[in-house]
Amino acid sequence: MLADTRPGVRAPLLINLGPNHPSTHGVLRLIVELDGEVVKEVTPVIGYLHTGIEKQCENKTWWQGVTLVTRMDYLAPFANIKTYTMSVEKLLGIEVPGRAQWIRVLLAELNRIASHLVWLGTSGLELGAMSVFFYCYRERDELLDLFEMVSGERMNHRYFQVGGCAQDLPPGFIERLQAFIDEMPRRIDEYEALLTGNPIWKDRMKGVGVLPADDLIALGVTGPTLRAAGVPHDLRKTNPYSGYEHFQFEVPTATEGDCYARYLVRVREMRESLRIIQQVIDGLPEGPTIADDRKVVLPPREELAWSMEALIHHFKLVSEGFKVPAGEAYAPIESPRGEMGCYVVSDGGPKPHRVHMRDPSFVNLQATAPLCRGNYLADLIAIVATLDPVMGGVDR
Amino acid sequence: MSDVSAQIEMASPGAVVGEHELLGELTVEVQKERIVEACRALRDGPSQYVLLSDITCADFPDEPGRFRLAYELTSLATGARVRLRTWAGALDPEIESVTSVWPGANWMEREVYDMFGVRFNGHPDLCRILNPLDWDGHPLRRDYPIGGEEVQFSDAV
Repeated sequence: MLADTRPGVRAPLLINLGPNHPSTHGVLRLIVELDGEVVKEVTPVIGYLHTGIEKQCENKTWWQGVTLVTRMDYLAPFANIKTYTMSVEKLLGIEVPGRAQWIRVLLAELNRIASHLVWLGTSGLELGAMSVFFYCYRERDELLDLFEMVSGERMNHRYFQVGGCAQDLPPGFIERLQAFIDEMPRRIDEYEALLTGNPIWKDRMKGVGVLPADDLIALGVTGPTLRAAGVPHDLRKTNPYSGYEHFQFEVPTATEGDCYARYLVRVREMRESLRIIQQVIDGLPEGPTIADDRKVVLPPREELAWSMEALIHHFKLVSEGFKVPAGEAYAPIESPRGEMGCYVVSDGGPKPHRVHMRDPSFVNLQATAPLCRGNYLADLIAIVATLDPVMGGVDR
Repeated sequence: MSDVSAQIEMASPGAVVGEHELLGELTVEVQKERIVEACRALRDGPSQYVLLSDITCADFPDEPGRFRLAYELTSLATGARVRLRTWAGALDPEIESVTSVWPGANWMEREVYDMFGVRFNGHPDLCRILNPLDWDGHPLRRDYPIGGEEVQFSDAV
């Protein structure tokens, strides 16, 4: 990228955004080539958060890996853990009880709302709508409290286990959740009142960062970004998992494919998630929350006091882990950012031979350059914001 | 033979080495030299596997081919999925890049190159992506030790 020094040729200006610029959504570095105000080329540089989780998984047992993968996409920990446990369950051929599946759906949808709230808040902040940030984080905090009730952790909960969920929902959870669900539609109306008709918000977003659907598909882009361009691809509908086929919900789409359409799609997705959560609350089946396979699942805590066999199983699982039949599996799910999948290879031992996470942010981020070319530098901020990359997932 | 294999065979006779369906996942093993033709045939074929979900690799040091690449393809029309598999070779692992079929393969192939050292011929910009550009070795190879690497930036203290 050497500057052209011929007379009469305006040399492009190279500027560096990040790796810690507030507008770059985490530790993302963008090298931007400018012609005046117009972006000629963008080169994303990633890897600043690379912690080698995939390599570490190979040196831990299968059930220790659950803890590790949760930390990849830190805004969608339930999505990470869900795709991982689903892949391992596939290899094991283990049946997950109905109640556990419904709780998984419940938490995955709550997670989708929490993730979209962070996205909306930070995007608002980047585009000058500062109050939205405070409102979004207020509601997200309530969600984190709910997560804490369920799992004991606000983030990085190790709540889903291979075979089900770590424990049942605690007393008082459903009541508090219901209060949140009842309140949330009004809160979303509030964000929309601030943003949807706001002329500055529209000016910054409408017609900005458009790519035809075919180009997005060729780049591997999935999730709200693809749906905003008119492709109703949602794995919850096309390849239902965890019992999503039992729930009534729409897949919001738009046709414009610009930043504003991506905004509208995500806001409507929050409303659809609320619908699903209400259905889970109304129809949550009774029963166990984890499979009854003592070779894979930890025995109930109280049994350890009187059952020698339970103690042996517990000891074996904690010290050695469970063995997974040789083979490979890939179980994709619809994370808040698109298709998230975990490709696992087992050699029949207690440790994975390979764990690879197909993270939607990693693939979607490739679209930065084609989306930004020809737009103004200020639009780049809006485009990166609406792509919603989470660097923990990108770099893993 | 499945429809998928038949489609590949029609476009590129002899490309399919084998196929199996396990746990509801269809895996078609193809010849390394034919990977681009196989991908293009599936993308443009009647099932329209237009979305390349993932490219990844697993290292099997005892196998003659050693690096097993897996391409996850998705059909947006039907939601069907297929995995193409091929071996890159133990010594000097290399394969043709599929960036000509899907530009989105760019970063996926860079990641496999970075982590496993598999070279993708015809790739527009094959360089490391997650590790620093001057990193030694390919960390996800099975013979790359964990915990053995030097602590970064310790000379700057």
